[in-house]
Formats: sequence, structure tokens, C-alpha cells
Amino acid sequence: MVTTPTRTAHPLGLELDHIDHGYMIGGAFTPVLDDISLTIAPGEFVALLGPSGCGKSTLLRLIAGLEPPHGGTILAEGTPITGPGPDRIVMFQDPTLYPWRTVRGNVALGHDIAGRKDPASVDAAIELVGLKSFERAWPHQLSGGMAQRAALARALVNDPRVLILDEPLGKLDSLTRLTMQTELHRLWRDRGFTAIMVTHDVEEALLLATRIIVFSPRPARIIGDLPIDLPPHRHRDDPRLLDLRKNILVQLGHSADW
Amino acid sequence: MSGSGSLDLPAGRPRQDRQAVTRRPVLGRTVPSRALLPWAAGPAWFIAALVTWRWPDADDFPDTNQLAALFLAAGLGLTAAAALRRLSARAPWAIALGLGFTAWEIAQAKLLWLPRPFFGTPQDLLDVFLTDWKRLGDSLLHSLGLLAVGYGIGAALGVAIGVGLGRSLRFRYWVRPLIRLIGPLPPVALLPLAFVLIPSGRLASEALLALAACFPTTILTWSGVAAVDPAYYDVARTMGARNRFLVLRVALPAAMPQIFVGLFMGLGVSFATLVVAEMLGVKSGLGFYMQWAQGWAAYPNMYAALLVMSLMCTGLVTLLFKVRDRVLSWQKDGLKW
Ligand SMILES: Nc1ncnc2c1ncn2[C@@H]1O[C@H](COP(=O)(O)OP(=O)(O)OP(=O)(O)O)[C@@H](O)[C@H]1O
Ligand SMILES: [Mg+2]
Repeated sequence: MVTTPTRTAHPLGLELDHIDHGYMIGGAFTPVLDDISLTIAPGEFVALLGPSGCGKSTLLRLIAGLEPPHGGTILAEGTPITGPGPDRIVMFQDPTLYPWRTVRGNVALGHDIAGRKDPASVDAAIELVGLKSFERAWPHQLSGGMAQRAALARALVNDPRVLILDEPLGKLDSLTRLTMQTELHRLWRDRGFTAIMVTHDVEEALLLATRIIVFSPRPARIIGDLPIDLPPHRHRDDPRLLDLRKNILVQLGHSADW
Repeated sequence: MSGSGSLDLPAGRPRQDRQAVTRRPVLGRTVPSRALLPWAAGPAWFIAALVTWRWPDADDFPDTNQLAALFLAAGLGLTAAAALRRLSARAPWAIALGLGFTAWEIAQAKLLWLPRPFFGTPQDLLDVFLTDWKRLGDSLLHSLGLLAVGYGIGAALGVAIGVGLGRSLRFRYWVRPLIRLIGPLPPVALLPLAFVLIPSGRLASEALLALAACFPTTILTWSGVAAVDPAYYDVARTMGARNRFLVLRVALPAAMPQIFVGLFMGLGVSFATLVVAEMLGVKSGLGFYMQWAQGWAAYPNMYAALLVMSLMCTGLVTLLFKVRDRVLSWQKDGLKW
């Protein structure tokens, strides 16, 4: 375990107000998000669950400010989001490491952009994701899971007020995944940022989140909004978790007797 | 080389077997020849020296003894290299060159098979370097100077214009038609105009060289920047990057492999333009030297200038490759020059 500097982050609260969005695909307009309204309190850990292709990544792009929504507004602390900013850091579904930077250079990207020198925090982030011995490797020399961990470290060094995670642990083996889940949870508690995480793993959502949002198939609508009123140190075999899990799987369309 | 042993095995053997065999020294068959080959390079050049020195020339050629001494020195140098084990990969070439010079010496200097003024002997060539080295060197420096200024400006301009085309809509609106009009024109076609418009021949040639280098660099930089994965920009933008960072630290490095292709093509066009510009315009440099030599039927001088020019061109290309290998060390693989 590595000690990361504990900072008094000011977590950001978000307000999504009747968000509509869509894309032109093959000449036809395809609605992707349908009237999404959601208030996220500062410091919450929200997990987004929904079938593949329903629009989860799209919603994250809108919150990040990479695209303006077609309809509705997104407010951060009461002011509309007009563009991307370093208070809302995204870890994308694809690692998208810069091939011309070493692992360390990639992790330090946020510092380079901000013109900040803080090698200690880069060290800490690299160590946190277990890539210490690979910090001088080029991205093409990494495995898929290692690249994903490097991307996580790149997001973490920025000390965001909202950390937006798009399937951050999707490519990891189950054991590394458990470790990273623990680390992520610890970071969230220590630093106190708001976390929004897309995941396909219901158990992961139940272990980490304070609230789970379930989306319908595309165009995404919110069909479930479950607060998880459990203590931060949860046990996988907690019967309450198992109940919630069954409940969510039913909402996602699985039969209850599975 | 070490892997080639496995190719000699009969096909259809189990794969495991094959690997086991390669590890044992089946290469033994090729080992003696690989060890002995470097030692044959020196003698090949000694033969060239001996033939040159002892076999009487067919005509009154200059510098026969100097040439023999040169061959001898080359032979000694290669023998020393063999002793120091520095010659393994280049040995076949060293031998072939020694034998080639011997053949040339015999065919031309000793037997005079081909008509003389057009086809020289090795000593004719050596004589040019011994007597006219000053003017040759001077011409080389002139050519290099012209290239450095023209190509340097053109390449820098090409990268800048290419980035502008790739990143800015308004820039593209105004500049693209100009590029499409002027770009594909061979720079040489503008030569007469340039010499009329620009009073200094040197300046005119530099401008043409810049134009020659600019177009390929522009197009390939543009296509490189246009092909940058938009996700790269997203990553930097969410961390607060402004346009300056996106251009200099994202678009440029991402497009670098393409930019180097453009720089290579630009260098090639620059060489062509350089020669023509020197022949018609600046009256100095290797192109001019060659034209002068041809005018006076001084064919050995022409060959010498040609040799110098090809060494200059290949030297510059090698230099560019070296720079590229450094800048693109992050790439998985790359063409080796
Ligand atoms: N840039 C784009 N242009 C056109 N269509 C897009 C674009 N981005 C997303 N889409 C469409 O929007 C829909 C939702 O995509 P999105 O990536 O948000 O899904 P997702 O919920 O993240 O799925 P997954 O779980 O598989 O990652 C898809 O049907 C996709 O085709
Ligand atoms: Mg997605």
C-alpha cells in the first residue's frame, strides 16, 4: 500500500437537467440519451449500470464538457458546464495513452498541461497502480490491463473534484481487480472527490458505490436509482448486497431465479 | 544470421525438434566461412594494388603508382579491421569492391576496352581528386549551403502550413486553393520566372529549393495531423489543455511519423531542384561543376562530381534517418536505411 497525500478536495456537485442527446449514424438521427435528470451530491460515489451501447459513455462525455448536450443543461455547483476542465477528470473506456510518451510521461500529462512540477505525486500514482518497474516503458510495450492501469494513474494525479471513470477496471484479471477496487475506494474516502463510474460488474458497483443508477437500453433512460445505505467497509458476502444484486439484475432484464 | 540455420532443415519436422536443433551448433558448416571471410578482404585489395602497379598501362595515365598505393593502404586497413574483428558484416562488400576495382583497372587502364574520354580509368578519377580537390570541395560547400538554407526554410514552412491546414478551418479555407494550385507544379518550372523576379540568382535558387521542400512536407504533415485520433485531444482537453498544447504537444508528436515521410520526399525534390538551379542559375556548386566538366569534355571531372554529389545526397538522407530514429524512438518498428 502506498500513502498518497491526503488533500482536502472540494468535491463537486452536479445537476443534470432533462438531458437529451443523439448522433447522426448513417444519415439517420439516433437518439442516445432520453430525458436524463439526475442530481449528484458532492462526494457521492455513483455507479452507472446499463446494457452495452445504451449511452453511458456519451453521458460521461457530456458531463466532462467534451460535447454540449442537444437538450437540457448540466450544472456544476449551479453554473452550466460549457467545456472541459481539470476539475472533472475522465478516465476513458480506452486507455488512449500517448504512444510517444513513456508510462511516466503519460501519467505526468496533467502536470505538463498545468505547468506544475510534482514528481512525488506522479511516483505515488504509478506505484498505486503497480507500474513502478514499467515507468520507462513505451505504451506499446504494455498489456491491455497495464495500459488501463496507466490511464487510471494518469487520471488520479490531477487531484480532480469529480473523477469520471468509464469501466476503469474492465480489462483486469479478477485478482488485480480486487486490489484496484480497494485502492480506488480508499482514494475516494481519503480525498473525498465525487466519483462517477460506469461498470458492467454489478458486484463492483455494490462494493464501491453509494448510489447505483440503472439505465434502459438505448436511448438511455434512468430506470433505477438505488441508494446503497451500507457502511463503507462492505463484505462481499453481506446478505444485503446479495439482495440488492438480485434486484439490480432484474432491472437489467435478468430473471430473478438466476 | 543465426536463425538461418533452421531453414536448412528438411521441412515437415516437428516444430519442437527444429528449435532444439537450432540451438545446437549446426551452424558449424557456415562458421568457418564467416570467420575467414573478413581475412579475404585485404588480399582482394592487395590484388588490385599489385595489378595496378606491375601491369603496364595501355596508355599514359596519371597517378598509377599513387592509385596502387591507395589500394595497398585500403588492403592494409581492411586487414587490420579483420584482425580487430570489426569487419564481419561488411566483409563481402569489401571483397567485392576490391575485386571490382581490379576488374575496372584491368578492363580500362590495362586493356582499354572502352573508348577513353567517355569511360575513364580509376586513376583518371583519382587524378581529379588530387588536382582539383579544391574546386570540388568548394562546389560541395556551395551546394550544401544552398540546400541548408532552402531546404531548412521549406521544411519548417511545410510543417507550419501542414499543421495550420490540419487544425484551422479558416486557414484551410484560404491556403488550400493556393497549395492545390502551386504545390503540384514542379519547382523547376518556376526557375525562369524566379530568375527574372529575383535579381540574386542565389536568392532565387534558395526560394525554389524552399518551395520544393515545402510541398511534400506540407501535404504529409497535413495528412498526419488530420489523422490524429480525436481521443488524444479529448484526453488533453479534459485536463485543461489549450490550443497551444494541443498543437505542439499532441498533434505534432502524433503526426511525426508522417512528417518525416514528408521531409524525406521534400529532400528528394530539393536535390533535383538544386542540380537544375545550379546548372542554370547560380553558376556554382556541384551541378554547375558537372555542367562545366561536360562542356569541356572533362569526363573524369564529371564522374568525380557525380560521386561527390551522390555521397552528399546519401549523407544527408542518412543524417535525416538518424534524426528520425532519435525522434521516433517510441515507434515499434521503422525502416532501416
Ligand atoms: N461519436 C459518435 N458518433 C455517432 N454515434 C455515436 C458516437 N458516440 C456514440 N455513438 C452511439 O451512441 C450510442 C451509445 O454509445 P455509448 O458509447 O455511449 O454506449 P455505452 O453505454 O458506453 O456502451 P458500452 O457499455 O458498450 O461502452 C451507440 O449506439 C453509439 O453507436
Ligand atoms: Mg462505453
